[in-house]
Amino acid sequence: MSDTTIRPTEAAPSAELERLIEPSSQSRSTRLFNTVFRSREMSILLVLLLVIAAATVKTPSFLFSSNSWRDLLLTPSILLLLAAGQAVVIITRNVDLSVGSVLAFTAYLTGRLFIDHPGLPVVAVVAAGMLAGALLGLVNGLLVAIGKVPALVITLGTMYVYRGIVLSWAGSDRVNASDMPEGFLSLGTRSVLGIPVLFMVAAVVVCLVGYYLHSHRGGRELYAIGSDPDAAVLYGLPVRRRVIAAFVFSGALAGLAGVVYAARYGTVSSGAGTSIELEAVAAVVIGGVAIFGGSGTVWGASLGAILLVTIDRALPILGIPDFWQRAVVGALILSAIVLDRILALRQARKLVTARDES
Amino acid sequence: MPAGSGEVVLELRDVSKSFGPVVALRSGRIEARAGSIHALVGENGAGKSTLVKIVAGVHRRDSGEFLLGGESVDFSSTAESKDSGVAVIYQEPTLFPDLTVTENIFMGRQPLGRGRRIDRRAMHTEAESLFARLGVHIDPRRPALGLSIADQQILEIAKAISLDARLLIMDEPTAALSGVEVDRLFAVARSLRDEGRALIFISHRFDEVFGLCDTITVMRDGSYVDTVETSTTNVDAIVEMMVGREVGDLFPKTPAAIGGPVLTVENLTSTGVFHDVSFEVRAGEIVGLAGLVGAGRSEVARAIFGVDSYDSGTVTLADRTIPKHKPSVAIRRGIAFVPEDRRKQGLVTEASVARNIAGVVRGGLGTFGILRGADEGRAARPWASRLEVKTSALDATAATMSGGNQQKVVIAKWLATNPRLLIIDEPTRGIDVGTKAEVHRLLSELAGQGMAILMISSELPEVLGMADRVLVLCEGRLTADIPRDQATPEVVMKAATQTLQEASA
Repeated sequence: MSDTTIRPTEAAPSAELERLIEPSSQSRSTRLFNTVFRSREMSILLVLLLVIAAATVKTPSFLFSSNSWRDLLLTPSILLLLAAGQAVVIITRNVDLSVGSVLAFTAYLTGRLFIDHPGLPVVAVVAAGMLAGALLGLVNGLLVAIGKVPALVITLGTMYVYRGIVLSWAGSDRVNASDMPEGFLSLGTRSVLGIPVLFMVAAVVVCLVGYYLHSHRGGRELYAIGSDPDAAVLYGLPVRRRVIAAFVFSGALAGLAGVVYAARYGTVSSGAGTSIELEAVAAVVIGGVAIFGGSGTVWGASLGAILLVTIDRALPILGIPDFWQRAVVGALILSAIVLDRILALRQARKLVTARDES
Repeated sequence: MPAGSGEVVLELRDVSKSFGPVVALRSGRIEARAGSIHALVGENGAGKSTLVKIVAGVHRRDSGEFLLGGESVDFSSTAESKDSGVAVIYQEPTLFPDLTVTENIFMGRQPLGRGRRIDRRAMHTEAESLFARLGVHIDPRRPALGLSIADQQILEIAKAISLDARLLIMDEPTAALSGVEVDRLFAVARSLRDEGRALIFISHRFDEVFGLCDTITVMRDGSYVDTVETSTTNVDAIVEMMVGREVGDLFPKTPAAIGGPVLTVENLTSTGVFHDVSFEVRAGEIVGLAGLVGAGRSEVARAIFGVDSYDSGTVTLADRTIPKHKPSVAIRRGIAFVPEDRRKQGLVTEASVARNIAGVVRGGLGTFGILRGADEGRAARPWASRLEVKTSALDATAATMSGGNQQKVVIAKWLATNPRLLIIDEPTRGIDVGTKAEVHRLLSELAGQGMAILMISSELPEVLGMADRVLVLCEGRLTADIPRDQATPEVVMKAATQTLQEASA
C-alpha cells in the first residue's frame, strides 16, 4: 500500500490532473474560469448559439424581425418551468413522468375557475393551479418515498391516472379564450422592455432553483441523495422528506406551467401537454444532469430546454424534413448520454491513475 | 468489571437483535467511558457490526438496555444518534462521489452565512484546518470520486471529528491503511481521548488493539464474553476468549482422498487489487481462502471464474487454460461459483426453485430450443431432493425461502452442471447455526466424491474446521499456505495482518 495522502510537492502533476485533484492550488480566477468555461453548460450554450446562427444565416428573419426575439424567449417558457422541476427530481435519482398530465389538469382547472367564478383575481388562480399541482406531486412523492417503488413506475402510473381524471372531468369540452378574462390572456403574450412576461416568470423560477440547489443545505442534500442514496441514509440525511419535497416542487411547477399554458394558448382541451413530460426529461438530460442523479445544474437543464425548442423551430427553416427533425432530437439525447458516460469514465480513470502514481 | 477513569458515556446491557430467523446479536454488552479507548474484538459474525449499527441508529434493538450519557435512548435514525453526539466510521466508507471532499464532510450542517446561505469559504477553511490537524494533504475542493480507500477513511475521520462527537466508534478503520497512515490515525485517536471523548475501536489486528486501547471487550457468537483491562491480559488470552470452543466439534469434516491438481493458478495479478497470486487446488481437497475484509479474496475468486478480468497470470483447470473474463467457458469446463451475495448474484429471487436450479444447464435442456417448465422440473428435482431443500414445491419462489435453503438452491444449481471445481464465497453468511452444519456436511461430502473446493470465508472457525489447507491473503498478496494440522487461529491471524511478507507457498 503506497502512502497516498502525502503528496510530494516536487512531483508536479499535469495541469489537467491539477485541475481535478488539486483545485485549491489554482488561483481563484483560474478556478472561476474553469467552472464557467469548461462546464457542460457552456458547451450546450455553444450548440444553442450555433443553431441560432445557422438558422439566421439561412433566414435572417429568424433572429432579426419584430417577433423573432419574442418567439425565441416565449416558446421555451413552459418547458423551462417543467425542466426546472424535472431537474430537481432527477438530481435525487428519481424521475417525474406525470408532469404533462399535471399540466393538463391545472390548465383545465384554470379555465374552469374563470368560467365558474368570474371575477376571481389572477393571483388566486395561479395559486390554485400551483397548489393543485403540488398536491398531485405530493401523491407521487409519498408513493415513491414510502412505497419504495421506483419513481419511473409510479409516475408512469400517475401520468395515466391524472390524465384520466382530466379526460373524465373535461370530456370533449374545451376551454376557449372567450371564457377567460382579457387581463389574464394578455399575460401570455405581453412583453415588458422587450422581454415576454412568461419568460421572466420562468427565468425567475430557474434562478431561484439554481440558487437553492447551489447555496442551500436542502439543495446540496438533494445532490447527496442522488449521488448515493444508501450513504445518505447512513449520513442521517432526511432522505424521505427531501424526495417528497422534490416531487411536490416538481408538481407545483407543473401546476404553474398549466396556468401559463392556459394564458399562452387560450384554449385548453383534455389533451393539453401530452408527451411534454418526455421533452422535459430530454431537456434535463441534454442539459447535463446525470440521469442517475447527483450531478448537473438547473442552468444546464434550462439551456437544454431552450435548445430543444429552438431546434424544433430552426430545423424547418434549415430545410430539414420532418422525419429528420425527430431524429436530430433523438441524436442529441443519445449524444448527451454517451458524452456524459465518456466524461465520467475519463474523469474516474484519471483520478484513479493520479492515485496510483502518487 | 474494569475500573475506568471517566464517566460512562455509553452503556449497552443484554442487547439483542434478530433479522428474521437469524440472530445477529444475542446479548451485546459494552461500557465506554470518557477519556478512554475501548476495543471491541471478536471473529467475523460475532455481532460487533450489528452492535455498532444499533448504537448508530441504523438498526433498532429487539430488547435490552441502551444508555447514552446515563439516559435510556432508542434511535430510529442515524440522524438522531448523530444529534446525540455519536459518530461512526463504518468499515466501508460512505461517501457521495459526485460531491467535493469538503461537502462530504459538512453535508447537512454546512456553516451558514447571511440568509441561510452556505458559506463555502468558511467551509473550505475549516476543512483545511481539519486536514492539517490530521496531518494529511487532501485538496478540499476535489471530488470525492477517485480517492484511495485510505483517503476515504481519513475523510470519514475528518467527518467524525468535525461533528465534535462525545462517542466515536471506528469499525475496522485500519483494514486498508498503511503503517504511516495507521500511526497518524492513532495519534488522532489518542488526542481525541485526551480531550475526554469516548472511543470504541474495532480491529482484527492485535498489535493495534494492545498498542492503542485501554480496555478490551470480547464477543463471540453474538454474545458478550468478557471485558478486561489491556494491561492485565495478553494476545493468547484474548484469542482463546474469541474462539472459545473446540473448533473440531462443529464441523463435520471427513477426510477425503486427495488426488491430482484440478485448479492451478499462476502469478495472477490485477493492478491495485491482487498481486502475483499462485496456488493449486487438488481433487478432493477443500482449500480455505482466508484474510481480512478487503484483502482481495472475493476478487481472486471472481477473476478465476472470469467475472472480472485480470492483467497477467494464468488459470488452468485440469491442464487446460481457462481464458480470462469468460465465465461461460469457465462453466463449460467445469467451474462452479457460489458468490458471496447470494440474493443479488446467485439467485433469481423472484423465480421458482426449479427455474433457478435449471438456469445454468438450460443449454442442454429444452426440446427444439423451447424450454418447458416440465424440463426444468425434471432437471431440478434430483438435486433439490438430494440437498434436502426444504420447500414445499419446486415452484415456490426463491425469495420466500430462508437463507440456508437459498444457499442450498444455489449449490444445487451448480451441482447440476457436474463441476470439477466449486468456488464458494462465504458459504454460511447469514445462515443460522443448524443449517450451517448442513452446508458444511454437504461441502465435505462433495470433496469426498473428488470435487475440488475453494472456500472463501471470513469466519475463522469455519476455515479451520473445514479446510484441508488454508491460504491467507493480505492486501492482495498471498502471505501463507498452511496445512490443516498447523492451522491455528493465531497463525492465520498473523498471516492475515502482516504486510509485505513474501508468500511462503
